Amino acid sequence: MELTDEDLREMYRLMVLCRRFEERAVQWWREGRVAEGLLPGVGQEAVGVGSCYGLRGGDYVLPSLRTRAAFFVRGVPLREQVAAMCGKGTAAYRGKTTSHHAGYPEFGVLVGTSLVGSSIAVAVGAALAMKLQKRDNVVIDFFGDGAANRGDFHEAINLAAIFKLPTVFVCENNLYNMWVPTSSTMAIVDIADRAGGYGIPGMVVDGQDVIAVHEAVQEATKRARAGSGPTLIECKTYRYFPHHPSMKEDRPVAEIERWRARDPIRILERRLLGEGTITEEEIERMKREIDNDVEEALRYAEESPYPDPETALQHVYVQPWGGG
Amino acid sequence: MREISYREALREALIEEMRRDDSVFILGEEIAKYGGALGVTKGLLDEFGPYRVIDTPISESALVGAGVGAALMGMRPVVEIMFNDLLTLCMDHIVNSAAKVSYVHDGQASCPLVVRTAHGGLRWGVDASQSLEAWFVHVPGLKVVVPSTPYDAKGLLKTAIRDPDPVIFFEPKALYDVVGLVPDDDYTVPFGVADVKRKGNDVTIVAFGALVVKALAATQKLALKGIDAEVIDPRTLTPLDKGAILDSVRKTGRLVIAHDAVKTGGMGAEIAAIVAEEGLGYLKAPVKRVANPDVPVAFSPPLQEFILPQEEDLLEAVENLMACA
Repeated sequence: MELTDEDLREMYRLMVLCRRFEERAVQWWREGRVAEGLLPGVGQEAVGVGSCYGLRGGDYVLPSLRTRAAFFVRGVPLREQVAAMCGKGTAAYRGKTTSHHAGYPEFGVLVGTSLVGSSIAVAVGAALAMKLQKRDNVVIDFFGDGAANRGDFHEAINLAAIFKLPTVFVCENNLYNMWVPTSSTMAIVDIADRAGGYGIPGMVVDGQDVIAVHEAVQEATKRARAGSGPTLIECKTYRYFPHHPSMKEDRPVAEIERWRARDPIRILERRLLGEGTITEEEIERMKREIDNDVEEALRYAEESPYPDPETALQHVYVQPWGGG
Repeated sequence: MREISYREALREALIEEMRRDDSVFILGEEIAKYGGALGVTKGLLDEFGPYRVIDTPISESALVGAGVGAALMGMRPVVEIMFNDLLTLCMDHIVNSAAKVSYVHDGQASCPLVVRTAHGGLRWGVDASQSLEAWFVHVPGLKVVVPSTPYDAKGLLKTAIRDPDPVIFFEPKALYDVVGLVPDDDYTVPFGVADVKRKGNDVTIVAFGALVVKALAATQKLALKGIDAEVIDPRTLTPLDKGAILDSVRKTGRLVIAHDAVKTGGMGAEIAAIVAEEGLGYLKAPVKRVANPDVPVAFSPPLQEFILPQEEDLLEAVENLMACA
């Protein structure tokens, strides 16, 4: 897809929104203002934004635990996300699940679970449905380097390959599981190399370059929509925070610095400023608006009531009895 | 009405539901070209084609996970997992992906997935003879079905396919060739409604799956001894028709629960607890459970015969209860 100036500004805004939101959310959690301890993907924004930007209605995404960006790009409102993080009754699902595992079918986000790598098979099933329903839609499935070692990675990607299902697998390789470096969990360097084992194309992409990510994913969606099957895209990226806000930092300072020097937001910002696509004033205004919206969402959530505890017993089944 | 086998009854249910609703499709290992390891899906590939009758690789986990994904998108997948022992390979998607869809969407989304699987002992060895239905009764969000007759099998499978929630559908291996009367026209059997397979006044036998046939045979011998036994087949373990069980126990005062599955932690334990909680006053004697001892199902025929509950075990249990004052 040809990216207009409008698109570039919007991709920039979405990355900034992601960044500012997650940085604030980590603080809120530390201050005890939200119940959900989010797992920040700060530093990885380009992967989610680049991948999800420009998807069509009827396309679906399955975010990984780092792909907060997917929710923003697909339009899940800030208020909803923060209300869900606080477990409030004003959230769409009234506190039944966290913000990050919630499914929003109307926004094209499929429900997830907290098991790393379990989304892969579910994504493949959604793509199978699309093929059986003769739709030219695609499923984008996100997972990290750790998930690439799950048995389901093997089984599900193989299924997608043999049935030529319209899936794009986006692996966010940020070089670490929780603590353990990815390099000690596999004997290869590039997860994309595994694609050949399933007979599908695999590629390594600079995960800090939102345009590069976008182009790779768009190419893969074109293949998928044409019936040529899945692609595995490995985005090399990095998270600036530890896995969870409660954890201390253990990684080498020099390594973190090296990756911060390739910050995805600054990379796009430099280009947009250089080309005159955006001005410093517009950036400042954008950030102020985002910060206001983020704070407003927290206010809304904090002022929202909790659900009645009795609601915990509701909706275990769509149809509890009878049938037939 | 005509007599067909349990296997044929299941096949008819699949065919009729697939004709009725384009969103129904089946997938599993060896189900298309071969017609299913246990023969249930024979002929379906010819009628419905490879897009609705899908042979898959040996990938139980991804297979069920894909079923969940397809169900979330409005399809009605019926996944065949050859033996319930293999459900151990797809527990994540059953328990974590499928069972919680309604709950985490607060009732605004559904996962109409059916997992069909064979259970029970039939000389296939320790890891192909288990009966694991109790595990799934323990997971809120799943429905658990165990039909014991061709009539129930067809009606319940149709209901399962039409049901908006995930259903684990257990087919006792020992029953595939059993024949029974099945109506010619479309019918369904509702979930949560037990079937009184034989009315009686002296003792309640709650049995499901392969034990229903043995229980009914036992009642004939009991009748000759002047003992009038009632046989209740719950048919669905979730939802469980506890009203029918309690009504029966209120009448008879004596309860034997019989199943082909390990005794400890089996469904019998749950039913016994329900009666103890809600019907203690009805009981004239302790609750008895007739089930496998807590051992794997050994392979050698006489060992298996010893392990699986037989008619004699039911007779002994009932006679013990009748002997209580």
